[in-house]
Amino acid sequence: MEIPYTVEARPDTGLTSGKIGIWLFLASEVMLFGALFATYIMLRVGAPEWPVGATILNVPLATLNTVVLITSSVTMVMAWASLMRRDLSKARMFLWATVALGGAFMVIKAIEYNAKFEHHLYPSESTFLAIYFTLTGLHAFHVLGGMVINAYFAGPGSKLWHTNPQWLTNRVEHAGLFWHFVDLVWIFLFPVLYLL
Amino acid sequence: MEHGHVADIDRHVRTYVLVFVSLMVLTVITVGIYYLHLPRPAAIALALTVAVVKGSLVACFFMHLISERRLVFWVLVLTVAFFFVLLLVPMLTSLVDQARV
Repeated sequence: MEIPYTVEARPDTGLTSGKIGIWLFLASEVMLFGALFATYIMLRVGAPEWPVGATILNVPLATLNTVVLITSSVTMVMAWASLMRRDLSKARMFLWATVALGGAFMVIKAIEYNAKFEHHLYPSESTFLAIYFTLTGLHAFHVLGGMVINAYFAGPGSKLWHTNPQWLTNRVEHAGLFWHFVDLVWIFLFPVLYLL
Repeated sequence: MEHGHVADIDRHVRTYVLVFVSLMVLTVITVGIYYLHLPRPAAIALALTVAVVKGSLVACFFMHLISERRLVFWVLVLTVAFFFVLLLVPMLTSLVDQARV
């Protein structure tokens, strides 16, 4: 049985099933990260003292990671634009670039984590470090998930182009929505954890 | 978005480049605010304002929210409403606890 409304929009919603599905998923993601942001606020307001993140964390590395993730959002959206121009090879190149930038983010994050562990700064050390590792750890898992999805569409998933190019274009757009959401979360995590 | 014209896509790409440059400038501003060593409430307000502007740029242009169907907006409005409930309930609970003490 074929999945309905993968290419053409549903007449009642004006959206494809994939589009409404990814937005509902992102809504649930907002609640997941929202709950943790609310926890952060409660912990911070209730603490007698709260450190400025920059005194413990590495601001230059986090700034570099912000640049890396924003750049990856551009390569992701360029992959979709290339498919809209019916240029599969360029789209695959941009998808691989997005995967590589995601990898660069993870390597930089690993360097940051490693430096903390070398100084015996573990989540158990303080409330600040506990929420820092929880928020950035969950975010890093999302980056990893996005990388797997994008690698799939850059690799074996791109075969769909030969049978249903518009469906692949839509799927890459939906994967992009997830990737941009991950970027958006980092845009808030960076000042909240490192600079304030 | 499904049936865009090539000229439309070229226009989109120009917008993406502009948004990218804006996001880079705003990232520099975000870090710059920290090095100004402003009083904490002012620094928090300013940094979060810049983050909201950056987030809006990503959502509106990279996520195409600016040209999205109304249903998506309603899903997001509902989500934001529930997010604020999520945020307010623990705060109100702690206020009630403090009033009891």
